Amino acid sequence: MASSRTDQFRRKAVDWITTSQLYRSVFRHGYADTVRNRALEVTSNAFLHLHPITIPAHALKVRFTFCLGGLTFFLFLVETVTGVLLMFYYRPVPEYAYADMKTLQYAVYFGMILRNLHRWGAHLMVVLVMLHMLRVFLTGSYRPPREFNWVLGVNLLVLTLLLSFTGYLLPWDQLAFWAVTVGTNMAAATPFLGAEGPFHGLLGVNGMNDARFLLLGDVRVAGSALLRFYVLHCVALPLVAGVLMVVHFWRVRKDGGISRPL
Amino acid sequence: MKEAGETNTTTERSLAQEIGTMPTGRPGDVAVFPYLVYSEFLAALLCSIVLMVWSLTVAAPLLEQANPGITENPAKAPWYFVGLQELLVYFDPWIAGVMMPTLIIVGLMAIPYLDTSTNAVGRYTIRERRLVISHFGLGFALWWVLIAIGQFLRGPNWHIYWPWQDWSMVKNPEGAMWDFPVWVGLPLLIAYFVGGFVIPQKRWPWLLERLGTARYVGSITLALLFYGVPIKMLLRLLFNVKYVLVTSWFNI
Repeated sequence: MASSRTDQFRRKAVDWITTSQLYRSVFRHGYADTVRNRALEVTSNAFLHLHPITIPAHALKVRFTFCLGGLTFFLFLVETVTGVLLMFYYRPVPEYAYADMKTLQYAVYFGMILRNLHRWGAHLMVVLVMLHMLRVFLTGSYRPPREFNWVLGVNLLVLTLLLSFTGYLLPWDQLAFWAVTVGTNMAAATPFLGAEGPFHGLLGVNGMNDARFLLLGDVRVAGSALLRFYVLHCVALPLVAGVLMVVHFWRVRKDGGISRPL
Repeated sequence: MKEAGETNTTTERSLAQEIGTMPTGRPGDVAVFPYLVYSEFLAALLCSIVLMVWSLTVAAPLLEQANPGITENPAKAPWYFVGLQELLVYFDPWIAGVMMPTLIIVGLMAIPYLDTSTNAVGRYTIRERRLVISHFGLGFALWWVLIAIGQFLRGPNWHIYWPWQDWSMVKNPEGAMWDFPVWVGLPLLIAYFVGGFVIPQKRWPWLLERLGTARYVGSITLALLFYGVPIKMLLRLLFNVKYVLVTSWFNI
C-alpha cells in the first residue's frame, strides 16, 4: 500500500516536471519510454544526433570495434578540457615556462594530477588511434565506399602525432628540449628544402631559410620555437583536427554507417 | 500484480518489435538510445577510470630546465617517433626522417585506392584477405618493434643496452663498416626494382590482370620500398654494410 502511494507520488512529480514549460524547452521529446521518444532522444539532441536512430544489433558488440574510435574522440575531449585548464597556469616563454611547470607541480591545487591527465591522456590517444586504424584495416572497412574516410583518418592520425609532438616541447625541460631538437633536425635533412638535405644547393637553401627554420623560427630550438609550438598545439592543430573530425564522423554515416557488411 | 522486472521485459520486447517501424529501422536493428548510448557512456567511464588511476599513481616526467649547453645522451624523440629515430642507425636522415614518414603517410592513404575489392567489408576477414593483411601486419609489427628497440634497448651513444645492463657500462664502438662499390650497388638496386615488378607478374599473372597497370605499379612500388627497409637492416646487421649505393649527392 505504502509503495503504491510512493509510486503515485513519484509519477505525479515526474509528470509535473516533464510537462513543465522549462523541461519541454530543453528536451524536445516526451519522457515516456516509447519508440517515438527513443528516436527523438537521438534526433532532437545536438550531441547524439551524430548517431543514427537505430543500428544493427551486432554493431553493439564491444569486441567488434572495441570502441577505439569513440574513445580516441573522448580522449580528444579530455585533452581539450585539461589543456584549457593548464593554459591558465602556463606562459610559453623560456623565462617562465619551466617555472610555471614547477608552480603547477608544487603550488597549484590538483596541478600535478591535471598535468598527468593531460600527458597520459595524450599517450593513450596516440595508442588508441593506431589501434583504431588496425581495427578498421582488419575489418576491411577502408574498402569502397569508405575509402575517403580512411584518408581522413590517416590525416587525423598524423594530426594526433603532431599535436602530441608540439605539446612535448612545452614543459621546457631537458627531455622536451632534446626530443624536439632531435625531431626538428630531421626537417633540416629534407631533400631540396633542408639545409643539410641532398640537393639543397639547387634552390639556394641554407640554415636561415630551410624547413627547420620554418618550424623553429630560428636556427635552433629557442624562444620562437616554444611560441610556435604553443600556438600550433593550442590553437591551429586542434582547429584543423576538429574540422577533420566533423567530416570523419559525418562520413561514417554517409558512407554506409558504422562498419558492417554492406 | 506484475513484478517490476516483468513489466520492463514485456515493454522491452514490444519496443524491440516496433523498432522495425522506425524511419531507419531494419529487422534485427536496435535503438541507439538507450543501447549504444549506454555502452558509449560505459566505455568513456571505464577509460576515465583507467586514465585517472594512471594519473594518480604515475607522475609525468619533468627533468632539469632545458639547457642547450648540456646534451642529453641519449636524446630520444617522443616514443611514437622513436621507431623512425631507430631507423637512423640504418639510413641517412633524409631517408629515415623525411622520406619514410612521407611514404608511410602517402602509402596508408593510397591503400583503399590500390585494394578496391568490395568483398569482405565490415567484418574481421583475416582468412579471406591473407595477402593484404600479412603485408600490413608486417609493417604494423615492424613499427612497434622499432619503437620497442629504440625506447627500451638504446642507451648512451645509441648503443644497445639490455634492461639489466647499467648505462654507466662503456660499450665498444661498432666494428668497421663498408659500402657496396657503385658497380655493385647500382645494378643490385636496379635488379631489385626491375625484378620486383617482373617476377610477381610472371609468377602470378592474375595479379596484374586483376589490379590493372596503375594499381599494380602503385602496389608493387610501395611494397618494394617497404621491404627495402628490413632488407637494408639485415645487410647492416649481418654484413656490416653501411651504404648500398654511394653517390656524390646522396647515399642509400
